[in-house]
Amino acid sequence: MNRWQVFINGIIKENPVLVLLIGLCPTLATSGSANDGFGMGIAATFVLIASNILISAVRKWTPDQIRIPIFIIIISTFVTIVDYTMHAADPVLYANLGVFVPLIVVNCIILGRAEAFAYKNDVLSSTLDGIGMGLGFTLTITVLGAIREIIGNGTVTILNYELINLGEGFMPALVFIMPPGAFLVMGLLIAANRLLIRKRG
Amino acid sequence: MEKLEELRLVVSSSPHAQSEETIEKIMFYVILALMPAAGVGIYFFGFNAIRVILLSVVTAIISEALMQKAMGRRVAVKDGSAVLTGLLLAMNLPSNAPWWLVVIGSAFAIVIGKQVFGGLGFNIFNPALVARVFLIISWPVQMTTWPRPLPLFSKALVDAVTGATPLGLLKAELLLKDNIGEVANISMIDLIIGNVGGSLGEVSAIALLLGGIFLIYRNYISWHIPASFIGTVIIISGLFWIIDPTRYAGPLFHTMSGGLMLGAFFMATDYVTSPITSRGMLIFGFGCGLITILIRLFGTYPEGVSFAILLMNMVTPLIDKYIKPTLFGEVKEGA
Repeated sequence: MNRWQVFINGIIKENPVLVLLIGLCPTLATSGSANDGFGMGIAATFVLIASNILISAVRKWTPDQIRIPIFIIIISTFVTIVDYTMHAADPVLYANLGVFVPLIVVNCIILGRAEAFAYKNDVLSSTLDGIGMGLGFTLTITVLGAIREIIGNGTVTILNYELINLGEGFMPALVFIMPPGAFLVMGLLIAANRLLIRKRG
Repeated sequence: MEKLEELRLVVSSSPHAQSEETIEKIMFYVILALMPAAGVGIYFFGFNAIRVILLSVVTAIISEALMQKAMGRRVAVKDGSAVLTGLLLAMNLPSNAPWWLVVIGSAFAIVIGKQVFGGLGFNIFNPALVARVFLIISWPVQMTTWPRPLPLFSKALVDAVTGATPLGLLKAELLLKDNIGEVANISMIDLIIGNVGGSLGEVSAIALLLGGIFLIYRNYISWHIPASFIGTVIIISGLFWIIDPTRYAGPLFHTMSGGLMLGAFFMATDYVTSPITSRGMLIFGFGCGLITILIRLFGTYPEGVSFAILLMNMVTPLIDKYIKPTLFGEVKEGA
């Protein structure tokens, strides 16, 4: 597998959320709006890339028996950095994401990539894998958030820029910004992604 | 070998029993049984009711055909199941529902409630109820603005007056006055014939009962689910009524109001989403009744029939797994 494939895999063919079906809790819980989804995506991507690099760098000195505790310590270090940074830089986003920021520690995508990829590959490949998987996650959760927000609230706002506003006449379907809406749109996105993969062969 | 091929023997798994019944015929009789209740709805809510019914049925047929074509299945709209789903959804909507609400609901019932799972026979939930719950969560205002009944051709001063359903009134009175208040003054006759606010097809208890009994008489549904569903509601609401008649409405009120009759006879009995065995059906009906009355008495929503049936739809595979008919011709263990 060449490096370009490693990078591009995470976005469609091995999209962590839509194909590997991991990292579903934060995806479903924090995609109530495009902005929340984007914030969670970026935060998790930072942790994913940083921990992939460090885990890959120390993989030769990591004893097999205690590798999971070592992964967790590395991951939680980066999550703490994200936690404090977000708290200071964007308190509104921090409040919206709530408990899901510290919970990035147990995000299956991050631990999954550490175990399945970074522990077995060199630093450059692991970096590319982290970027690709992170992009796939961010893209999915942002699109999910945007779809839910536009149907459920009539708007799409990312980083304080209002991209779409359907106005007063639009009757938003409230269910889409509630938990059932997350499952509904998620299912349809998985179907759309499978169709895309099948068409590409 | 050649001979065998010429015979074209069909090898299939049981059951091999042939019957005169077809999907078309069953759907036709269920739709026929719904006609009295739909008629009463049209009488009390006027042309608006006809508009909702037509819109819902036509949307259901079109979505079914489009979905079956898009998913590469045989287009089988003629089997009547989409018509029935559209009609059942319409009967669960207020007659003054805006057109887009009816269209979205009806398309949602067919696309998400039915075709996504694999079409007729594979849906886990009752499609019409999936759509109703989707609509009530999405647009609570439009879904709970109930027009007062206004008999057809009667001279009215205003086009339409909206008001609460009997169950909605019960909930409001309990919140405000901590007793059943005005609900005590609702005429039982009005409740039975359907001269009250509500979804266009749920108001008339007597017309629904008539249709339900017709279906049981013709053997299209069995009595188990309706009996245990309604029986559970009567017993539990009766118990509370005996304890404190000032705070709890009587069993007759609970039986005749809301969507209980429509749900018990026409939606809980859906073949696909209810248990196969009669013991399983009794358990299913009991669960529906229990959840309905718990939501009505202690929940925030005034009515719980749709939620109850959907929740029990989820348990149906479990009931079918543990309540199995006795197998004959097997040797008892240890014998």
